[in-house]
Amino acid sequence: MILLGGKNATEKDSVGAVVRASGHATLLHCYQCGKCTAGCPLAFGMDYNPNQIIRLLQLGRMKQVLGSRAIWICAGCWTCTTRCPCSIDIARVMDSLRVIARREGQTAQGRDVASFNDLFLQSVRRYGRVFELSVVLGLNVRRRRLFHDADLGRFMLARGKLRFTAEKIKGVKEVRRLFSRQGAPVRTRKERVKE
Amino acid sequence: MPRIGVFVCWCGSNIGGVLDCPAIAQEAASFPGVVYSTEYKYVCSDPGQKLIVDAVKEHRLERVVVASCSPRLHEETFRQVLRRSGLNPYFFEMANLREHCSWVHPDTTVREQAQRKAVDLVRRAVAKAARLEPLFPGKIPVVRRCLVIGGGIAGIQTALDVADAGLEVLLVEREPTIGGNMVKLDKTFPTLDCSACISTPKMVAVAQHPNIRLYTYAQVEEVTGYIGNFKARIRQKARYVDHSKCNGCGTCWTRCPVTVPDDFNLGLGERGAIYIPFPQAVPNKPVIDLEHCRRSTRGKCGACAKLCPTGAIDYEQKDEFVDVEVGAIIVATGYGLFPWEKVYGEYGYGRFRDVITGLMFERMVNASGPTGGKIQRPSSGKEPKTVVFIQCVGSRDEARGKEYCSRFCCMYTAKHAHQILEKIPGSEVYVFYIDVRTFGKGYEEFYRRVRDEGAVYIRGRVSKVYQDGSKLIVRGADTLLGEQVEIAADMVVLATGAVPAAGAADVARMIGIPQDKDGFFQEAHPKLRPVETHTGGVYLAGTCQGPKDIPDTVSQASGAAAKVCGLLLRDELETNPLVSKVNEALCTGCLACQPVCPYRAIQPVTITERLPGQPPRERVVARVNEGLCQGCGACTVACRAGAIDLKGFTNKQLIAEVDALCL
Repeated sequence: MILLGGKNATEKDSVGAVVRASGHATLLHCYQCGKCTAGCPLAFGMDYNPNQIIRLLQLGRMKQVLGSRAIWICAGCWTCTTRCPCSIDIARVMDSLRVIARREGQTAQGRDVASFNDLFLQSVRRYGRVFELSVVLGLNVRRRRLFHDADLGRFMLARGKLRFTAEKIKGVKEVRRLFSRQGAPVRTRKERVKE
Repeated sequence: MPRIGVFVCWCGSNIGGVLDCPAIAQEAASFPGVVYSTEYKYVCSDPGQKLIVDAVKEHRLERVVVASCSPRLHEETFRQVLRRSGLNPYFFEMANLREHCSWVHPDTTVREQAQRKAVDLVRRAVAKAARLEPLFPGKIPVVRRCLVIGGGIAGIQTALDVADAGLEVLLVEREPTIGGNMVKLDKTFPTLDCSACISTPKMVAVAQHPNIRLYTYAQVEEVTGYIGNFKARIRQKARYVDHSKCNGCGTCWTRCPVTVPDDFNLGLGERGAIYIPFPQAVPNKPVIDLEHCRRSTRGKCGACAKLCPTGAIDYEQKDEFVDVEVGAIIVATGYGLFPWEKVYGEYGYGRFRDVITGLMFERMVNASGPTGGKIQRPSSGKEPKTVVFIQCVGSRDEARGKEYCSRFCCMYTAKHAHQILEKIPGSEVYVFYIDVRTFGKGYEEFYRRVRDEGAVYIRGRVSKVYQDGSKLIVRGADTLLGEQVEIAADMVVLATGAVPAAGAADVARMIGIPQDKDGFFQEAHPKLRPVETHTGGVYLAGTCQGPKDIPDTVSQASGAAAKVCGLLLRDELETNPLVSKVNEALCTGCLACQPVCPYRAIQPVTITERLPGQPPRERVVARVNEGLCQGCGACTVACRAGAIDLKGFTNKQLIAEVDALCL
């Protein structure tokens, strides 16, 4: 049940932040034609379809949106954005939602999504590219399920997709500089422990 | 036997897709009298018509049969073709192969039978064509005066247009002022211009026009006659104020001690027993509502009579009747609102004071309305912060309301939403809708603007509204999310649909206009004759024909005016020659035909008969008024002596048709 009006004030302010962050003046002109959902290659796995995400934002249901799986399942392929007749950049809305969800620690699958993002970017910052084994192991350690998906490792090893040693790219320094210019969004483990 | 030509039309695939047209044409060539027979894709088209003209010349045709669609569609078209060919236009007969054959027998299993039926239909037409006689329309004089019933924006516009063309207009309005529903509105979508500012100047123009005679607080009681020559009786209801003496000073209505709920403001305000509906009323002179007047209810008061400086108050005034003659009638009786209180228990049956209609909202938001333009909850007078609009109340509800869409509600709701968001800072507006229909110029753009301004549209119908403390809880669903929605609202505005104005059925009966299933007046053709009715000389303007917004109403009103000008600016009118004719030699004067005539077209006359070898003697016979007769043929059946024939459908012709089919 969606409660609106009176005391059930909508979360207008937080919705407004998403709207602005994604480069819009308003999302209220979306007339719910569903073209974004129609073309979405991942809608089958979403709990809310892309048009419903926009709809929830129209109704000011920020918490519901931030808690949804859909925003993390979105691959950012931009099919929705290119096809929207109301010129709404749905992919960017999804992006902004992920940023806010991450910042507010409100992610659908508990810490998993946040952990994966941390480890992925940490790896990129350190090596200039992803060191798969460390990301996988790091994630499994944090999830306290050490051998999760371990059987897949066999196949990856056999195809040479998994290395035991990290490989740095040439321009690691430049990559780090990129990260620092970006305001260091990824914290190292030490930093986190300190916090 | 006259020389007959037969033209079989394919009507594209309408007929040609089912029937073998060349075979029909070939068979028709063998019918008695047929000297030429052919088929063509579209006989009604320009080359098709030329085909007939050329064949008439080349084969010296004297009668023409076209086997195509319904005579209702193209009989007149082909009569004109005959006229161009130099033949009497009534030397024409049609066989309806489309509505009567191909459309009703499209099934391939009955192809053969359908083909046989088509041939029979042509055989019948040919048999009749051989016996057709030339007919000539008569001429009747025309009264150059037009009666307009209803003084809303449709009646006002049509009256002004007809009057500007130099014709005399009688405008009859049953309320004390003209202006109708439009003048009650605040602003009009999508331009947001003030409704009163654009309609009151027109009202004044009506009152001042030298060619318009205005009857307010009056009703048309009786209409007789026929196109070009109607007679109408107008009842001027007693106003108890002599308008020839009244100067509209306003002393009386400001000092009347009685207060009555004000119907012009839909009960949101109050008025006296002597009143003008609103300050810009036309005429700007009061009437007394005797039902509530203290002098009539308690027998004493007379304050208005004492205060009136011109002695215009006349409590003894009686209804007066005015008999007029007019050449045409334009009906513009408008619309009323769907009586939602009787039907929708889930919206409270009208028990909740803060559940109001769109028209009430118009009065509320109107600067000259009862609240001076302040939007407030009727229950507390406080400003509402959360307002819910419910669309399609009575419209698009087959079960308890009307099946049709009332067309203008989507847009006025969008305008109301805009006005709330504009006038009440921090307000929330929710609109429950099923579909949003923005059919006019600039309407979609306006709808988008209102959504951008913050109106939240929720797709779904509201299933319940109930009072919870000072709030109204509105329970609906967002069908796009598939979730229930509950809104704690301060005010609920219902977009009530449009229905024909009260008394529309009486007007329809009085003038003889058919009504559609919902009671709106039926136009002669939904696309090609939208302002005419099936009764000659009677036209429609505005929402009495169906729900429409102001631009469409004004367009139709001007259309009706153009039709009236086309009719009345002629010196004489051609009558339909397909009327009944009495053979006075055979008529016994029994007058059995008189009561069966629905048009009151038959009257007895005394003729002087001179028979050889006998002194002249007088006797009574029936005579048909050709102006009134609509050619229905009822009298021919009633005539015991067989003295009446309907021209174009004579007994001889009909029997020939039956013979062709049965022998």
